[in-house]
Amino acid sequence: MTANSEENFLLLSGIQHFLFCKRQWALIHIEQQWEENVRTIEGQHIHQKADQPFIKETRTDKFIVRALPIKSKELGATGVCDVVEFKEDHNGVSIKGSSKKYIPVPIEYKRGKPKSDESDILQLVAQAICLEEMLLCEVRLGHIFYDQIKRRIEVPVNYSDRQKVREVFKEMHHYFYKRHTPRVKTGAFCKSCSLQNLCLPELMGKQAVSTYIERKISE
Amino acid sequence: MKKLLNTLFVTSPDVYLTLNGENIVVMKEKERIGRIPLHNLEAVYTFGYSGASPSLMGACAERSISLVFLTRNGRFLARVIGKSRGNVTLRKNQYRISEDENKSAEIARNFIVGKIYNNKWMLERATRDYPLRIDVQKFKDTSCHLSELLIQVRHTAKLDLLRGYEGQAAISYNEVFDQIILQQKEDFYFHRRSRRPPLDRVNAMLSFVYTLLSNDVAASLESVGLDAYVGFLHRDRPGRASLALDVMEELRGVYADRFVISLVNKKVVNKDDFFTKESGAVLMTDEARKKFLKHWQDRKQEKIKHPYIGEKISWGLVPYAQSMLLARYLRGDLDEYPPFLWK
Ligand code: SF4
Repeated sequence: MTANSEENFLLLSGIQHFLFCKRQWALIHIEQQWEENVRTIEGQHIHQKADQPFIKETRTDKFIVRALPIKSKELGATGVCDVVEFKEDHNGVSIKGSSKKYIPVPIEYKRGKPKSDESDILQLVAQAICLEEMLLCEVRLGHIFYDQIKRRIEVPVNYSDRQKVREVFKEMHHYFYKRHTPRVKTGAFCKSCSLQNLCLPELMGKQAVSTYIERKISE
Repeated sequence: MKKLLNTLFVTSPDVYLTLNGENIVVMKEKERIGRIPLHNLEAVYTFGYSGASPSLMGACAERSISLVFLTRNGRFLARVIGKSRGNVTLRKNQYRISEDENKSAEIARNFIVGKIYNNKWMLERATRDYPLRIDVQKFKDTSCHLSELLIQVRHTAKLDLLRGYEGQAAISYNEVFDQIILQQKEDFYFHRRSRRPPLDRVNAMLSFVYTLLSNDVAASLESVGLDAYVGFLHRDRPGRASLALDVMEELRGVYADRFVISLVNKKVVNKDDFFTKESGAVLMTDEARKKFLKHWQDRKQEKIKHPYIGEKISWGLVPYAQSMLLARYLRGDLDEYPPFLWK
Protein backbone atom coordinates (compact mmCIF):
# COMPACT_ATOMS: atom_id res chain seq x y z
CA MET A 1 0.00 0.00 0.00
CA THR A 2 1.20 3.47 -0.80
CA ALA A 3 -0.67 4.96 2.11
CA ASN A 4 2.46 6.17 3.80
CA SER A 5 3.84 8.07 0.88
CA GLU A 6 3.06 11.62 1.76
CA GLU A 7 0.99 12.50 -1.24
CA ASN A 8 -1.56 9.91 -0.26
CA PHE A 9 -1.92 11.23 3.25
CA LEU A 10 -5.51 11.75 4.26
CA LEU A 11 -6.91 14.59 6.24
CA LEU A 12 -6.99 13.69 9.89
CA SER A 13 -10.29 15.41 10.48
CA GLY A 14 -11.81 13.13 7.85
CA ILE A 15 -12.18 10.46 10.51
CA GLN A 16 -15.14 12.44 11.78
CA HIS A 17 -16.83 12.42 8.40
CA PHE A 18 -16.04 8.76 7.94
CA LEU A 19 -17.53 7.73 11.23
CA PHE A 20 -20.59 9.84 10.58
CA CYS A 21 -21.12 8.38 7.10
CA LYS A 22 -18.62 6.67 4.83
CA ARG A 23 -20.32 8.12 1.83
CA GLN A 24 -20.11 11.62 3.19
CA TRP A 25 -16.40 11.16 3.76
CA ALA A 26 -15.91 9.86 0.21
CA LEU A 27 -17.90 12.70 -1.31
CA ILE A 28 -15.76 15.22 0.50
CA HIS A 29 -12.34 13.62 0.45
CA ILE A 30 -12.35 11.53 -2.70
CA GLU A 31 -14.72 13.38 -4.93
CA GLN A 32 -13.97 16.75 -3.42
CA GLN A 33 -17.57 17.70 -3.77
CA TRP A 34 -19.07 19.90 -1.25
CA GLU A 35 -21.50 22.69 -1.25
CA GLU A 36 -19.51 24.78 1.09
CA ASN A 37 -15.85 24.18 0.99
CA VAL A 38 -15.38 22.06 4.06
CA ARG A 39 -11.67 22.56 4.16
CA THR A 40 -12.09 26.31 4.13
CA ILE A 41 -14.60 26.19 6.90
CA GLU A 42 -12.33 23.99 8.95
CA GLY A 43 -9.54 26.41 8.30
CA GLN A 44 -11.58 29.36 9.46
CA HIS A 45 -12.75 27.46 12.46
CA ILE A 46 -9.26 26.64 13.54
CA HIS A 47 -8.14 30.13 12.81
CA GLN A 48 -10.71 31.70 15.07
CA LYS A 49 -9.73 29.53 17.97
CA ALA A 50 -6.08 29.99 17.38
CA ASP A 51 -5.85 33.62 16.48
CA GLN A 52 -2.15 33.70 17.06
CA PRO A 53 -0.82 30.43 15.73
CA PHE A 54 2.67 29.35 16.64
CA ILE A 55 2.88 31.71 19.53
CA LYS A 56 3.75 29.98 22.70
CA GLU A 57 2.07 30.82 25.93
CA THR A 58 4.28 29.92 28.78
CA ARG A 59 2.96 29.15 32.22
CA THR A 60 4.91 27.91 35.21
CA ASP A 61 4.54 24.21 34.49
CA LYS A 62 3.58 24.13 30.84
CA PHE A 63 3.60 25.89 27.50
CA ILE A 64 0.84 26.02 24.95
CA VAL A 65 1.07 25.77 21.19
CA ARG A 66 -1.87 26.60 18.95
CA ALA A 67 -2.65 25.37 15.45
CA LEU A 68 0.13 22.81 15.45
CA PRO A 69 0.50 20.92 12.17
CA ILE A 70 0.82 17.20 12.82
CA LYS A 71 1.12 14.00 10.84
CA SER A 72 1.60 10.30 11.16
CA LYS A 73 3.26 7.96 8.72
CA GLU A 74 1.66 5.01 10.36
CA LEU A 75 -1.87 6.36 9.85
CA GLY A 76 -0.99 8.09 6.61
CA ALA A 77 -2.64 11.28 7.77
CA THR A 78 -2.00 14.94 8.36
CA GLY A 79 -3.88 17.63 10.13
CA VAL A 80 -3.74 20.36 12.65
CA CYS A 81 -4.11 20.26 16.42
CA ASP A 82 -6.17 23.15 17.73
CA VAL A 83 -4.11 23.34 20.89
CA VAL A 84 -1.34 21.25 22.40
CA GLU A 85 -0.34 21.76 25.99
CA PHE A 86 3.16 20.64 26.80
CA LYS A 87 3.08 19.66 30.45
CA GLU A 88 6.23 19.45 32.44
CA ASP A 89 6.80 15.84 33.38
CA HIS A 90 10.01 14.11 34.29
CA ASN A 91 8.84 11.05 32.35
CA GLY A 92 8.44 13.21 29.27
CA VAL A 93 10.73 14.12 26.43
CA SER A 94 12.98 17.08 26.01
CA ILE A 95 11.81 19.74 23.62
CA LYS A 96 14.20 21.86 21.63
CA GLY A 97 14.81 25.18 23.29
CA SER A 98 13.99 24.04 26.78
CA SER A 99 15.98 22.18 29.39
CA LYS A 100 12.94 20.56 30.94
CA LYS A 101 10.97 17.50 29.90
CA TYR A 102 7.41 17.58 28.68
CA ILE A 103 4.42 15.43 27.76
CA PRO A 104 2.13 16.79 25.03
CA VAL A 105 -1.61 16.90 25.72
CA PRO A 106 -3.77 17.53 22.65
CA ILE A 107 -6.87 19.66 23.11
CA GLU A 108 -9.57 19.79 20.48
CA TYR A 109 -12.23 22.50 20.36
CA LYS A 110 -15.69 21.45 19.28
CA ARG A 111 -18.87 23.26 18.65
CA GLY A 112 -21.92 21.94 20.48
CA LYS A 113 -21.93 19.44 23.28
CA PRO A 114 -20.43 15.99 23.82
CA LYS A 115 -21.72 13.54 21.23
CA SER A 116 -23.07 10.12 21.88
CA ASP A 117 -20.81 8.60 19.26
CA GLU A 118 -17.09 8.18 19.57
CA SER A 119 -16.04 10.32 16.61
CA ASP A 120 -14.66 13.21 18.67
CA ILE A 121 -12.76 10.82 20.86
CA LEU A 122 -11.25 8.92 17.97
CA GLN A 123 -10.20 12.14 16.28
CA LEU A 124 -8.38 13.11 19.44
CA VAL A 125 -6.78 9.70 19.72
CA ALA A 126 -5.58 10.04 16.14
CA GLN A 127 -3.95 13.33 17.09
CA ALA A 128 -2.31 11.61 20.03
CA ILE A 129 -0.89 8.95 17.72
CA CYS A 130 0.56 11.68 15.51
CA LEU A 131 2.16 13.47 18.47
CA GLU A 132 3.66 10.25 19.76
CA GLU A 133 5.18 9.47 16.43
CA MET A 134 6.55 12.97 15.93
CA LEU A 135 7.95 13.42 19.41
CA LEU A 136 8.74 9.83 20.32
CA CYS A 137 6.85 10.00 23.55
CA GLU A 138 3.77 8.50 25.06
CA VAL A 139 0.51 10.45 25.12
CA ARG A 140 -1.90 9.07 27.67
CA LEU A 141 -4.60 11.68 27.67
CA GLY A 142 -6.14 14.61 25.86
CA HIS A 143 -9.07 16.95 26.26
CA ILE A 144 -12.05 17.99 24.21
CA PHE A 145 -13.49 21.41 24.88
CA TYR A 146 -17.17 21.79 24.04
CA ASP A 147 -18.29 25.37 23.60
CA GLN A 148 -21.89 24.71 24.56
CA ILE A 149 -21.02 23.40 28.01
CA LYS A 150 -17.88 25.53 28.16
CA ARG A 151 -15.92 22.71 29.69
CA ARG A 152 -13.17 20.29 28.84
CA ILE A 153 -13.77 16.60 28.90
CA GLU A 154 -10.76 14.50 29.72
CA VAL A 155 -10.15 11.70 27.25
CA PRO A 156 -7.86 8.82 28.11
CA VAL A 157 -5.93 7.49 25.14
CA ASN A 158 -6.34 3.77 25.54
CA TYR A 159 -5.29 0.74 23.57
CA SER A 160 -8.64 -0.25 22.11
CA ASP A 161 -9.31 3.26 20.78
CA ARG A 162 -5.86 3.37 19.21
CA GLN A 163 -6.62 0.10 17.46
CA LYS A 164 -9.93 1.45 16.26
CA VAL A 165 -8.26 4.54 14.82
CA ARG A 166 -5.74 2.39 12.98
CA GLU A 167 -8.49 0.24 11.52
CA VAL A 168 -10.57 3.20 10.45
CA PHE A 169 -7.63 4.80 8.65
CA LYS A 170 -6.85 1.52 6.97
CA GLU A 171 -10.38 1.38 5.65
CA MET A 172 -10.27 4.99 4.52
CA HIS A 173 -7.05 4.34 2.61
CA HIS A 174 -8.61 1.32 1.02
CA TYR A 175 -11.51 3.37 -0.37
CA PHE A 176 -9.21 6.22 -1.28
CA TYR A 177 -6.89 3.91 -3.18
CA LYS A 178 -9.81 2.55 -5.18
CA ARG A 179 -11.32 6.04 -5.45
CA HIS A 180 -14.52 4.41 -4.44
CA THR A 181 -17.57 6.23 -3.13
CA PRO A 182 -19.58 3.65 -1.25
CA ARG A 183 -23.35 3.54 -1.30
CA VAL A 184 -24.50 3.31 2.25
CA LYS A 185 -27.71 2.73 4.09
CA THR A 186 -29.27 6.10 4.58
CA GLY A 187 -31.04 7.03 7.74
CA ALA A 188 -32.19 9.72 10.06
CA PHE A 189 -28.61 10.95 10.29
CA CYS A 190 -28.88 12.17 6.71
CA LYS A 191 -31.06 15.01 7.97
CA SER A 192 -28.07 16.62 9.61
CA CYS A 193 -25.73 16.01 6.70
CA SER A 194 -24.42 19.05 4.88
CA LEU A 195 -24.05 17.08 1.66
CA GLN A 196 -27.68 16.08 1.37
CA ASN A 197 -28.12 18.12 -1.77
CA LEU A 198 -25.29 16.35 -3.51
CA CYS A 199 -26.01 12.91 -2.19
CA LEU A 200 -29.79 12.95 -2.52
CA PRO A 201 -30.26 10.15 0.00
CA GLU A 202 -33.93 9.77 -0.92
CA LEU A 203 -32.80 8.49 -4.28
CA MET A 204 -30.83 5.67 -2.76
CA GLY A 205 -33.90 3.61 -2.09
CA LYS A 206 -35.70 4.62 -5.28
CA GLN A 207 -36.82 2.25 -7.94
CA ALA A 208 -34.37 1.15 -10.59
CA VAL A 209 -34.13 3.60 -13.47
CA SER A 210 -34.87 0.82 -15.95
CA THR A 211 -38.18 0.18 -14.19
CA TYR A 212 -38.97 3.89 -14.27
CA ILE A 213 -38.34 4.09 -18.01
CA GLU A 214 -40.25 0.90 -18.87
CA ARG A 215 -43.20 1.99 -16.79
CA LYS A 216 -43.32 5.43 -18.40
CA ILE A 217 -42.95 4.12 -21.93
CA SER A 218 -45.72 1.61 -21.55
CA GLU A 219 -48.18 4.13 -20.13
CA MET B 1 -32.26 20.58 -4.00
CA LYS B 2 -30.40 23.63 -5.07
CA LYS B 3 -32.24 26.94 -5.07
CA LEU B 4 -33.15 28.77 -8.20
CA LEU B 5 -31.98 32.33 -7.90
CA ASN B 6 -32.36 35.29 -10.16
CA THR B 7 -30.83 35.74 -13.54
CA LEU B 8 -29.61 39.15 -14.54
CA PHE B 9 -30.04 39.89 -18.23
CA VAL B 10 -28.00 42.83 -19.44
CA THR B 11 -29.52 43.81 -22.74
CA SER B 12 -27.90 47.12 -23.52
CA PRO B 13 -24.55 46.67 -25.22
CA ASP B 14 -22.95 49.85 -23.94
CA VAL B 15 -22.74 49.09 -20.24
CA TYR B 16 -19.88 47.82 -18.15
CA LEU B 17 -20.24 45.54 -15.15
CA THR B 18 -17.96 45.87 -12.17
CA LEU B 19 -17.64 44.43 -8.73
CA ASN B 20 -18.16 46.52 -5.66
CA GLY B 21 -17.98 44.62 -2.42
CA GLU B 22 -20.62 41.94 -2.77
CA ASN B 23 -22.48 43.68 -5.56
CA ILE B 24 -22.49 43.90 -9.30
CA VAL B 25 -22.50 47.51 -10.33
CA VAL B 26 -23.82 48.35 -13.77
CA MET B 27 -22.04 51.36 -15.28
CA LYS B 28 -23.08 53.39 -18.28
CA GLU B 29 -20.73 56.12 -19.44
CA LYS B 30 -19.05 56.29 -16.05
CA GLU B 31 -22.36 56.51 -14.30
CA ARG B 32 -23.85 53.92 -12.02
CA ILE B 33 -27.20 52.79 -13.27
CA GLY B 34 -27.74 49.71 -11.17
CA ARG B 35 -26.50 47.66 -8.29
CA ILE B 36 -27.41 44.03 -7.67
CA PRO B 37 -26.22 41.88 -4.76
CA LEU B 38 -24.29 38.84 -5.95
CA HIS B 39 -25.79 36.48 -3.44
CA ASN B 40 -29.19 36.66 -5.14
CA LEU B 41 -27.83 35.70 -8.50
CA GLU B 42 -27.66 32.43 -10.31
CA ALA B 43 -26.53 33.69 -13.69
CA VAL B 44 -25.70 36.84 -15.60
CA TYR B 45 -26.30 37.05 -19.34
CA THR B 46 -24.99 39.96 -21.31
CA PHE B 47 -26.12 40.70 -24.85
CA GLY B 48 -23.99 42.72 -27.21
CA TYR B 49 -20.56 43.82 -26.22
CA SER B 50 -21.11 44.70 -22.60
CA GLY B 51 -17.87 44.36 -20.73
CA ALA B 52 -17.16 43.01 -17.29
CA SER B 53 -14.24 43.62 -15.02
CA PRO B 54 -11.83 40.76 -14.26
CA SER B 55 -12.61 41.05 -10.57
CA LEU B 56 -16.29 40.55 -11.29
CA MET B 57 -15.50 37.55 -13.46
CA GLY B 58 -13.46 36.12 -10.60
CA ALA B 59 -16.21 36.73 -8.09
CA CYS B 60 -18.77 35.03 -10.34
CA ALA B 61 -16.50 32.07 -10.96
CA GLU B 62 -15.90 31.65 -7.24
CA ARG B 63 -19.58 31.60 -6.47
CA SER B 64 -20.55 29.45 -9.45
CA ILE B 65 -22.60 32.25 -10.92
CA SER B 66 -22.53 31.70 -14.63
CA LEU B 67 -21.48 34.78 -16.51
CA VAL B 68 -22.30 34.42 -20.17
CA PHE B 69 -21.53 36.68 -23.09
CA LEU B 70 -23.86 36.49 -26.07
CA THR B 71 -24.09 38.54 -29.23
CA ARG B 72 -26.87 40.99 -29.49
CA ASN B 73 -29.03 38.36 -31.12
CA GLY B 74 -28.30 35.76 -28.54
CA ARG B 75 -25.60 33.78 -30.24
CA PHE B 76 -23.13 32.32 -27.76
CA LEU B 77 -19.73 33.98 -27.47
CA ALA B 78 -18.13 33.00 -24.19
CA ARG B 79 -18.76 31.90 -20.68
CA VAL B 80 -16.69 32.44 -17.58
CA ILE B 81 -15.84 29.10 -16.06
CA GLY B 82 -14.24 28.88 -12.66
CA LYS B 83 -11.85 26.32 -11.36
CA SER B 84 -13.48 23.00 -12.07
CA ARG B 85 -14.56 20.92 -9.15
CA GLY B 86 -11.74 18.72 -8.03
CA ASN B 87 -13.53 15.57 -8.93
CA VAL B 88 -11.10 13.95 -11.33
CA THR B 89 -12.61 10.51 -10.89
CA LEU B 90 -15.98 11.56 -12.19
CA ARG B 91 -14.51 13.25 -15.24
CA LYS B 92 -12.27 10.33 -16.00
CA ASN B 93 -15.31 8.09 -16.01
CA GLN B 94 -17.03 10.50 -18.31
CA TYR B 95 -14.07 10.49 -20.73
CA ARG B 96 -13.69 6.73 -20.57
CA ILE B 97 -17.34 6.16 -21.44
CA SER B 98 -17.27 8.82 -24.09
CA GLU B 99 -14.47 6.98 -25.86
CA ASP B 100 -16.37 3.73 -25.81
CA GLU B 101 -19.02 3.82 -28.51
CA ASN B 102 -21.13 1.05 -27.02
CA LYS B 103 -21.17 2.51 -23.56
CA SER B 104 -21.86 5.94 -24.98
CA ALA B 105 -24.81 4.51 -26.84
CA GLU B 106 -26.32 3.23 -23.61
CA ILE B 107 -26.51 6.75 -22.26
CA ALA B 108 -27.27 8.44 -25.57
CA ARG B 109 -30.23 6.10 -25.92
CA ASN B 110 -31.85 7.56 -22.84
CA PHE B 111 -31.42 11.14 -24.04
CA ILE B 112 -33.29 10.14 -27.18
CA VAL B 113 -35.90 8.20 -25.22
CA GLY B 114 -36.51 11.40 -23.26
CA LYS B 115 -36.74 13.52 -26.37
CA ILE B 116 -39.16 11.28 -28.24
CA TYR B 117 -41.28 10.58 -25.19
CA ASN B 118 -41.66 14.25 -24.37
CA ASN B 119 -42.45 15.22 -27.94
CA LYS B 120 -45.02 12.46 -28.17
CA TRP B 121 -46.80 13.72 -25.08
CA MET B 122 -46.74 17.28 -26.33
CA LEU B 123 -48.70 16.06 -29.34
CA GLU B 124 -51.04 13.95 -27.21
CA ARG B 125 -51.73 16.95 -25.06
CA ALA B 126 -52.56 19.07 -28.09
CA THR B 127 -55.09 16.52 -29.31
CA ARG B 128 -56.72 16.62 -25.90
CA ASP B 129 -56.72 20.40 -25.55
CA TYR B 130 -57.60 21.45 -29.10
CA PRO B 131 -59.42 18.57 -30.81
CA LEU B 132 -61.32 21.04 -32.98
CA ARG B 133 -58.36 23.02 -34.14
CA ILE B 134 -55.88 20.37 -35.18
CA ASP B 135 -55.85 17.33 -37.39
CA VAL B 136 -56.41 14.79 -34.63
CA GLN B 137 -55.94 11.78 -36.87
CA LYS B 138 -52.59 13.02 -38.10
CA PHE B 139 -51.50 13.72 -34.53
CA LYS B 140 -52.55 10.26 -33.37
CA ASP B 141 -50.68 8.67 -36.24
CA THR B 142 -47.57 10.67 -35.44
CA SER B 143 -47.87 9.79 -31.78
CA CYS B 144 -48.10 6.09 -32.70
CA HIS B 145 -45.08 6.40 -34.90
CA LEU B 146 -43.16 8.02 -32.06
CA SER B 147 -44.24 5.21 -29.72
CA GLU B 148 -42.86 2.64 -32.13
CA LEU B 149 -39.60 4.52 -32.41
CA LEU B 150 -39.39 4.69 -28.64
CA ILE B 151 -39.47 0.92 -28.38
CA GLN B 152 -36.82 0.61 -31.08
CA VAL B 153 -34.58 3.19 -29.44
CA ARG B 154 -34.91 1.43 -26.14
CA HIS B 155 -33.43 -1.69 -27.68
CA THR B 156 -30.70 -0.11 -29.72
CA ALA B 157 -27.11 -0.12 -28.61
CA LYS B 158 -25.57 1.48 -31.68
CA LEU B 159 -24.99 5.19 -31.99
CA ASP B 160 -25.61 5.46 -35.73
CA LEU B 161 -28.87 3.55 -35.48
CA LEU B 162 -29.92 5.81 -32.64
CA ARG B 163 -29.24 8.87 -34.75
CA GLY B 164 -31.30 7.34 -37.51
CA TYR B 165 -34.30 6.81 -35.25
CA GLU B 166 -33.87 10.25 -33.81
CA GLY B 167 -33.87 11.73 -37.29
CA GLN B 168 -37.09 9.90 -38.17
CA ALA B 169 -38.73 11.08 -34.99
CA ALA B 170 -37.68 14.66 -35.68
CA ILE B 171 -39.17 14.56 -39.17
CA SER B 172 -42.48 13.25 -37.84
CA TYR B 173 -42.64 15.80 -35.10
CA ASN B 174 -41.68 18.74 -37.31
CA GLU B 175 -44.42 17.81 -39.76
CA VAL B 176 -47.12 18.52 -37.21
CA PHE B 177 -45.34 21.13 -35.14
CA ASP B 178 -46.77 23.96 -37.23
CA GLN B 179 -50.32 22.93 -36.28
CA ILE B 180 -49.72 23.62 -32.60
CA ILE B 181 -49.31 27.26 -33.49
CA LEU B 182 -52.92 28.26 -33.08
CA GLN B 183 -52.85 32.05 -33.15
CA GLN B 184 -51.49 34.71 -35.48
CA LYS B 185 -51.18 32.07 -38.13
CA GLU B 186 -50.33 34.51 -40.96
CA ASP B 187 -47.32 35.78 -39.09
CA PHE B 188 -46.10 32.72 -37.26
CA TYR B 189 -45.54 29.36 -38.88
CA PHE B 190 -43.01 26.58 -38.89
CA HIS B 191 -42.04 24.83 -42.10
CA ARG B 192 -38.56 23.66 -41.32
CA ARG B 193 -35.82 24.40 -38.90
CA SER B 194 -33.48 27.11 -40.14
CA ARG B 195 -30.61 28.07 -37.94
CA ARG B 196 -27.92 30.19 -39.48
CA PRO B 197 -29.65 32.43 -39.98
CA PRO B 198 -33.20 31.79 -38.80
CA LEU B 199 -35.47 32.58 -41.73
CA ASP B 200 -38.79 33.07 -39.99
CA ARG B 201 -40.06 34.39 -36.69
CA VAL B 202 -40.57 31.03 -35.02
CA ASN B 203 -37.08 29.93 -35.94
CA ALA B 204 -35.67 33.20 -34.63
CA MET B 205 -37.26 32.50 -31.27
CA LEU B 206 -36.24 28.84 -31.26
CA SER B 207 -32.61 29.75 -31.91
CA PHE B 208 -32.71 32.22 -29.09
CA VAL B 209 -34.32 29.92 -26.55
CA TYR B 210 -32.00 27.03 -27.46
CA THR B 211 -28.99 29.23 -26.76
CA LEU B 212 -30.36 30.18 -23.36
CA LEU B 213 -31.18 26.60 -22.53
CA SER B 214 -27.86 25.19 -23.66
CA ASN B 215 -26.01 27.66 -21.48
CA ASP B 216 -28.11 26.73 -18.49
CA VAL B 217 -27.42 23.07 -19.14
CA ALA B 218 -23.69 23.61 -19.62
CA ALA B 219 -23.45 25.59 -16.40
CA SER B 220 -25.39 22.91 -14.51
CA LEU B 221 -23.16 20.15 -15.85
CA GLU B 222 -20.09 22.00 -14.75
CA SER B 223 -21.51 22.72 -11.34
CA VAL B 224 -21.79 18.99 -10.65
CA GLY B 225 -18.25 18.41 -11.87
CA LEU B 226 -18.85 17.17 -15.42
CA ASP B 227 -17.17 18.44 -18.55
CA ALA B 228 -19.83 20.08 -20.69
CA TYR B 229 -17.71 19.66 -23.81
CA VAL B 230 -17.41 15.88 -23.81
CA GLY B 231 -20.58 14.18 -24.96
CA PHE B 232 -21.95 10.74 -25.64
CA LEU B 233 -24.45 11.27 -28.42
CA HIS B 234 -22.80 14.38 -29.82
CA ARG B 235 -19.17 13.53 -30.40
CA ASP B 236 -16.35 15.92 -29.63
CA ARG B 237 -15.99 18.90 -31.82
CA PRO B 238 -13.73 21.74 -30.78
CA GLY B 239 -15.68 24.52 -29.18
CA ARG B 240 -18.92 22.62 -28.97
CA ALA B 241 -20.49 21.86 -25.62
CA SER B 242 -21.44 18.36 -26.75
CA LEU B 243 -22.64 17.05 -23.41
CA ALA B 244 -24.81 20.12 -22.95
CA LEU B 245 -26.37 19.39 -26.33
CA ASP B 246 -26.91 15.76 -25.30
CA VAL B 247 -28.76 16.62 -22.13
CA MET B 248 -30.67 19.32 -23.94
CA GLU B 249 -32.24 16.85 -26.34
CA GLU B 250 -34.88 15.79 -23.86
CA LEU B 251 -35.70 19.37 -22.96
CA ARG B 252 -35.91 20.99 -26.37
CA GLY B 253 -39.51 20.16 -27.10
CA VAL B 254 -41.11 20.13 -23.73
CA TYR B 255 -39.27 23.10 -22.30
CA ALA B 256 -38.06 25.31 -25.16
CA ASP B 257 -40.49 24.65 -28.04
CA ARG B 258 -43.50 24.77 -25.76
CA PHE B 259 -42.31 28.05 -24.36
CA VAL B 260 -41.99 29.63 -27.81
CA ILE B 261 -45.41 28.36 -28.84
CA SER B 262 -47.01 29.75 -25.73
CA LEU B 263 -45.61 33.20 -26.50
CA VAL B 264 -47.27 33.09 -29.89
CA ASN B 265 -50.53 31.50 -28.76
CA LYS B 266 -50.90 33.91 -25.89
CA LYS B 267 -50.02 36.77 -28.23
CA VAL B 268 -47.17 37.92 -26.06
CA VAL B 269 -45.18 38.45 -29.24
CA ASN B 270 -46.52 39.75 -32.51
CA LYS B 271 -45.14 40.37 -35.94
CA ASP B 272 -43.89 43.84 -35.09
CA ASP B 273 -41.45 42.32 -32.67
CA PHE B 274 -39.35 41.09 -35.58
CA PHE B 275 -37.57 42.50 -38.57
CA THR B 276 -35.93 40.99 -41.59
CA LYS B 277 -32.41 41.70 -42.77
CA GLU B 278 -31.39 41.92 -46.41
CA SER B 279 -30.00 38.41 -46.10
CA GLY B 280 -33.41 37.07 -45.14
CA ALA B 281 -32.37 36.60 -41.54
CA VAL B 282 -35.20 37.28 -39.14
CA LEU B 283 -34.25 38.99 -35.92
CA MET B 284 -36.05 40.07 -32.78
CA THR B 285 -36.14 43.72 -31.85
CA ASP B 286 -34.49 44.78 -28.61
CA GLU B 287 -37.88 45.35 -27.03
CA ALA B 288 -39.05 41.91 -28.06
CA ARG B 289 -35.96 40.32 -26.62
CA LYS B 290 -36.58 42.00 -23.28
CA LYS B 291 -40.14 40.75 -23.27
CA PHE B 292 -38.95 37.30 -24.22
CA LEU B 293 -36.40 37.18 -21.41
CA LYS B 294 -38.88 38.34 -18.84
CA HIS B 295 -41.27 35.54 -19.76
CA TRP B 296 -38.45 33.02 -19.90
CA GLN B 297 -37.49 34.03 -16.41
CA ASP B 298 -41.10 33.56 -15.26
CA ARG B 299 -41.26 30.16 -16.89
CA LYS B 300 -38.16 29.11 -15.01
CA GLN B 301 -39.91 29.84 -11.74
CA GLU B 302 -42.91 27.64 -12.53
CA LYS B 303 -42.98 24.51 -10.44
CA ILE B 304 -43.31 20.96 -11.65
CA LYS B 305 -42.91 17.59 -10.10
CA HIS B 306 -39.77 15.87 -11.27
CA PRO B 307 -40.89 12.52 -12.69
CA TYR B 308 -38.01 10.50 -11.30
CA ILE B 309 -36.92 12.35 -8.19
CA GLY B 310 -40.54 12.89 -7.26
CA GLU B 311 -39.77 16.28 -5.76
CA LYS B 312 -41.35 19.60 -6.68
CA ILE B 313 -38.82 21.78 -8.40
CA SER B 314 -38.96 24.72 -10.77
CA TRP B 315 -38.47 24.34 -14.49
CA GLY B 316 -35.29 26.33 -14.16
CA LEU B 317 -33.76 23.61 -12.02
CA VAL B 318 -34.52 20.79 -14.41
CA PRO B 319 -31.13 21.11 -16.16
CA TYR B 320 -29.44 20.94 -12.78
CA ALA B 321 -31.47 17.90 -11.69
CA GLN B 322 -30.60 16.08 -14.91
CA SER B 323 -26.92 16.95 -14.55
CA MET B 324 -26.90 15.61 -11.05
CA LEU B 325 -28.62 12.41 -12.09
CA LEU B 326 -26.14 11.97 -14.92
CA ALA B 327 -23.24 12.42 -12.50
CA ARG B 328 -24.79 9.84 -10.24
CA TYR B 329 -25.08 7.38 -13.06
CA LEU B 330 -21.45 7.96 -14.05
CA ARG B 331 -20.39 7.41 -10.47
CA GLY B 332 -22.14 4.08 -10.45
CA ASP B 333 -24.98 4.99 -8.09
CA LEU B 334 -27.77 4.40 -10.60
CA ASP B 335 -28.39 1.53 -12.98
CA GLU B 336 -29.15 3.88 -15.88
CA TYR B 337 -29.37 7.56 -16.61
CA PRO B 338 -32.98 8.58 -15.89
CA PRO B 339 -34.21 10.92 -18.62
CA PHE B 340 -36.72 13.63 -17.79
CA LEU B 341 -39.98 12.02 -18.90
CA TRP B 342 -42.63 14.69 -18.75
CA LYS B 343 -46.24 14.30 -19.62
S1 SF4 C 1 -26.97 12.34 2.89
FE1 SF4 C 1 -26.83 10.55 4.21
S2 SF4 C 1 -25.93 8.94 2.94
FE2 SF4 C 1 -25.58 10.87 1.91
S3 SF4 C 1 -23.57 11.51 2.56
FE3 SF4 C 1 -25.01 12.49 3.91
S4 SF4 C 1 -25.22 11.13 5.62
FE4 SF4 C 1 -24.26 9.96 3.99
